[in-house]
Amino acid sequence: MRLDARTLPLLITVGVFILLYAACAVQFPAMLGTRVIGNLLTDNAFLGVLAVGMTFVILSGGIDLSVGAVMGFTTVALAVMIEGAGLHPLVAFTIVLAGGALFGCGVGAAIHWLKAPPFIVTLTAMFLARGAALLLSTDSIPVRHGFYQTLSGLSLSLPGGGRLGLIALLMLLAFLAGGVLLHFTRAGLKVYALGGNSRFAGLMGIDTGRTTILVYGFSSTMAGLAGIIFSLYTRSGYALTGVGVELDAIAAVVIGGTLLSGGVGGMAGSLIGVLIQGLILTWITFDGSLSSWWTKIAIGMLLFIFIGLQRLILHFSAPTGRTG
Amino acid sequence: MKGFATWGAMALMLAVMTGCGEKASTDKAADKTAPGGLTIGFSQIGSESGWRAAETKLARSEAEKRGITLKVSDAQQQQANQIKAVRSFIAQGVDAILLAPVISSGWDEVLGEAKAANIPVVLLDRLIDTADPSLYLSSVTSDTVEEGRVAGRWLAEKLAGRDCRVVELQGTIGASLVANRKKGFEEGIAGPGNIQIVRTQSGDFTRAKGKEVMEGFIKAEAPGSICAVYAHNDDMMIGAIQAMKEAGLKPGSDILAVSIDGVPDIFKAMADGDANATVELTPNMAGPAYDMLTAYKKDGTVPPKWVQTPSTLYLPDTAAAEYERRKDLY
Repeated sequence: MRLDARTLPLLITVGVFILLYAACAVQFPAMLGTRVIGNLLTDNAFLGVLAVGMTFVILSGGIDLSVGAVMGFTTVALAVMIEGAGLHPLVAFTIVLAGGALFGCGVGAAIHWLKAPPFIVTLTAMFLARGAALLLSTDSIPVRHGFYQTLSGLSLSLPGGGRLGLIALLMLLAFLAGGVLLHFTRAGLKVYALGGNSRFAGLMGIDTGRTTILVYGFSSTMAGLAGIIFSLYTRSGYALTGVGVELDAIAAVVIGGTLLSGGVGGMAGSLIGVLIQGLILTWITFDGSLSSWWTKIAIGMLLFIFIGLQRLILHFSAPTGRTG
Repeated sequence: MKGFATWGAMALMLAVMTGCGEKASTDKAADKTAPGGLTIGFSQIGSESGWRAAETKLARSEAEKRGITLKVSDAQQQQANQIKAVRSFIAQGVDAILLAPVISSGWDEVLGEAKAANIPVVLLDRLIDTADPSLYLSSVTSDTVEEGRVAGRWLAEKLAGRDCRVVELQGTIGASLVANRKKGFEEGIAGPGNIQIVRTQSGDFTRAKGKEVMEGFIKAEAPGSICAVYAHNDDMMIGAIQAMKEAGLKPGSDILAVSIDGVPDIFKAMADGDANATVELTPNMAGPAYDMLTAYKKDGTVPPKWVQTPSTLYLPDTAAAEYERRKDLY
């Protein structure tokens, strides 16, 4: 395999993850148990699903700050629909996914037609969604529907006491589907082209407006799915769920080797990026004497190193690296 | 060129490895200091207030006293982080878990896992909303109605039958704590009817808002007609004291001042003669939890479902000493 701007960051990410895991396992042998592995995937399921959508957005050269708020809104909307209006969870799921898709398409359309920076438009969307969630309810609402209990209790038992929850499987499925869509379809190619250089992409005959709208639509749909997952995870809805989680998702994508400027990167790295964040938090919890704010510092440092590394790689792998 | 990046990557990995390695050796040393002691995980909400920071600090020092190895995880106000922490504690096989839940719902699943793994959970300072109380072993919280009652009773005794018009600074509207502290106080002053709450407004538990609301009260009431002020927490009272001073009144003598929480600054105010009484909400929630867990682990003594921490009244005579005792905790 040739080391280039595409594969090297991914290899480094995987290497960091394996080394980190090994170092932690030396210190705490319990870390090797399937319980921890199951927890890593289950506890970070919502973040992983957000990262799938965020990978598309960042590859297309954009950013989506609204996903955490959309996720929070979804948890409240689900609780209100199921507990308040008595809808069946499956109906409620369909409604929030469709609503998320519509919302995202609106965001994408605003970005394309108003020619506004994604940062501002998605910031607006974030305020909108968070405000709407708080308007629905400021309390945390438990969901006691029987079907919900069954769904959130579903899990695959791993040998050694670990459990892989339904939500973890959903996340892995999202990564798989996202990966196929991104790497093996024309739609994925268009996303790369848009992020590489949107003007050239337009000149090459790619409908940039449609691609932009679909990318943000997809991201918000994933945020809706993350909301469903979080809602199953806690069996409740709360408006302040996922404050700041959009930044964790962005961090996961960047640590996973995707360039913030767009056009270069891939889906697999984002999964590892999510797991690295989860691993650091798990280690700090196992240790128990460090402040868990160290997680943020560690993630910050990792991000810094990765961004520096990407610059270096781009610099040294020119001329092909510039356009990705 | 390619070599450079590879070397960079290797240097990074080395740094990660040595970083973890150093930590490993210190941790093993720490484990040796507590042979046979319990290992307890504590999922704390965060460190948003002085009181909560004191709760964490006391949890650590009380654990040390008893030879308990305590693992603290700060959830940064996020329920997801608390669930992760509890799961990690289970995976690690701790002997017990302390949980100060950030919100009341959404704990059934993860506490069910703890129960399945036979790890007892004790709730600290807040309760959860669940249909299955067997998910937790016990809970240690204060009785927030009692806190208000103690404050009210003190005022009634102090006045000894004299008429009194009280103004009340409430906490953030909607919190159950606020309703309870209000109800308790009303019970405490009930009786001959000489004490009346004439005005009540929310000061949002903050100093700035407490001051603002008190300024409004002073302007709205006829001069000299307010005889006492009751604040749902000390911070609002400290703001109110400032407002009284700025209006040329003497808090503590012209207007009696009673509040709840027992933070260091109110003891300072009492020592200076600016406040008259405070009811302590003890930050030592972990201590009673350790004792019941030790007993439970030793001979299976099942503790009561709700352990109430004392709501102690503090007066100016001990304020200076109490301030010294607490100032490092907060």
